[in-house]
Amino acid sequence: MSDAAGISRAEVANLARLARIEMTDIELDHLASELGIILNAVAKVSEVASADLQPTSHPLDMVNVFRKDEIQPSLTVEEALSGAPAQEGSRFKVPQILGDEQ
Amino acid sequence: MIQASASQMALALKNGEISSVELTKAHYTQIDAVDGKVRAFLHLDREGALERAKEIDEKRKAGVDLPTLAGIPLALKDVLTQKGVPTTCGSKILENWRPPYDSTVVTNLKKNGLIILGKTNMDEFAMGSSTENSAFHPTHNPWDLTRIPGGSGGGSSAALASFQAPLAIGTDTGGSIRQPAAVTGTVGVKPTYGAVSRYGLVAFSSSLDQAGPCARTVLDAALLHEVIAGFDPKDSTSINAPTPRVVDAAKRQDVKGVKIGVIKELQGEGYQKGVLTAFQRSLDILAGLGAEIVEVSCPSFDYALAAYYLIAPSECSSNLARFDAMRFGLRVGSGSAEEVMSATREAGFGREVKRRIILGTYALSSGYYDAYYGSAQKVRTLIKSDFNKAFESADVLVSPTAPTTAFKIGEKSEDPLAMYLNDIATIPVNLAGLCAMSLPSGLAEEDNLPAGFHIMAPAMEDDRLYNVGAALERELVNSWGKPFLDFSTGLK
Repeated sequence: MSDAAGISRAEVANLARLARIEMTDIELDHLASELGIILNAVAKVSEVASADLQPTSHPLDMVNVFRKDEIQPSLTVEEALSGAPAQEGSRFKVPQILGDEQ
Repeated sequence: MIQASASQMALALKNGEISSVELTKAHYTQIDAVDGKVRAFLHLDREGALERAKEIDEKRKAGVDLPTLAGIPLALKDVLTQKGVPTTCGSKILENWRPPYDSTVVTNLKKNGLIILGKTNMDEFAMGSSTENSAFHPTHNPWDLTRIPGGSGGGSSAALASFQAPLAIGTDTGGSIRQPAAVTGTVGVKPTYGAVSRYGLVAFSSSLDQAGPCARTVLDAALLHEVIAGFDPKDSTSINAPTPRVVDAAKRQDVKGVKIGVIKELQGEGYQKGVLTAFQRSLDILAGLGAEIVEVSCPSFDYALAAYYLIAPSECSSNLARFDAMRFGLRVGSGSAEEVMSATREAGFGREVKRRIILGTYALSSGYYDAYYGSAQKVRTLIKSDFNKAFESADVLVSPTAPTTAFKIGEKSEDPLAMYLNDIATIPVNLAGLCAMSLPSGLAEEDNLPAGFHIMAPAMEDDRLYNVGAALERELVNSWGKPFLDFSTGLK
């Protein structure tokens, strides 16, 4: 891991696609070089991450918290839809999700 | 009156020397006078604030017993929802969003009668150390308008330092309350993780984010801390335990016999000389008050910054997936849902946010997960155990808050790694979920700009911060002969 963790433009383009960000060519070029530098700096974590060490994902030792399954006050339909870019009736109106063949 | 502390204002309100409407108007007058230069606010809610101030005045007149801070104005970081008031997180993607609900922090502020003047500027989604990453405009440091006010909560810290508000709310994921406090000569506290509800705090990195009080004095921060802290069933990571008595601690100011651990790894190389001199002077003062100074070593802290810049981007890449152009916020483009989503996120997110989303997506992708995210989580274990060991020989740990004083706007904006180094001393506390405070330790001799003193304590021992911080503050203010902000000439 101490080797230069290079990252290609094609890899960045794939990551951008996975993250649903339609980046310009200039942005992809920029990020490819920046990410290489950042990854080189952060890769040092593997120097001390020995196999026997337990990972910590969260500062608190907690288990899932459930409330009682009782009806409580919540947003009205109007409130829930108040920030929607588009709506129809009492629903969010979204662009086509499924392909034509489906 | 606007230069007074919140506790002095509270007394004046109680004694009928001033009304909340007058106090609120005085702050808007100051905002009108200076915020064209400082640019701390993104949105002002004059009507709502004055209406609430009037309500408080009427209640007081009617003899209702009001909470201590009732009627005191406050500035709210724009990452916390306030019903019906724009909440942008400094991002174009939320530019016109008005949330339909209050965050629990805002609910608690309203319950206690605080007057929310407006929403303060920040680095987009709290990602940054300078507030230059705001999609709207940078904020300027009131000590020197050509310099940054820290970040991500630079709007809140600048508002305090320019007397536009006596109290403010910040959020701290890696130092976003404490570093802005340090570089603006104000006080900022990151409470124990889980002590203040995250409900309605727009998530950046959920295992690190924590809202906290910002003020001009330690006692004011304590009063605000007790208002916003406490168990909240709406936050599954909220701690169900009583809030430490931080106001009592801020009044106690007794450090006799308190063991203060100086962290070896958080000084020396990379720290500005004047920052270290001010730090040492504060240590000498604490020793003079009877505290016992010991040196402790936390070797894994050398890896904290690297671990943070894997964990925070990883969590952010997941959290920011909610900005999908479907239910709220910006929608751009046409075509399939996926095309609209991609076009919206391209148009709505700024450079640093995109950088971190991509970095996080990479660190979490199969093939790289173990080496990056997995290793970073292991470093987190090492940091926790270093803290545990250090707290065996010390009651609190200390360091300078930030390695340097405020830098120039634009100076580091093209170099992400140089920018990330600002958080080197503040990040370990977030990774371990502990609490910490920054308060002014004096002016750095080379540039006459504020330096911060950083105090860290174990989880749910927040009172220790206030006891030590208030004792140090008392001695420093005595030695200066005036409040620290009186040294500021940036707006004169």
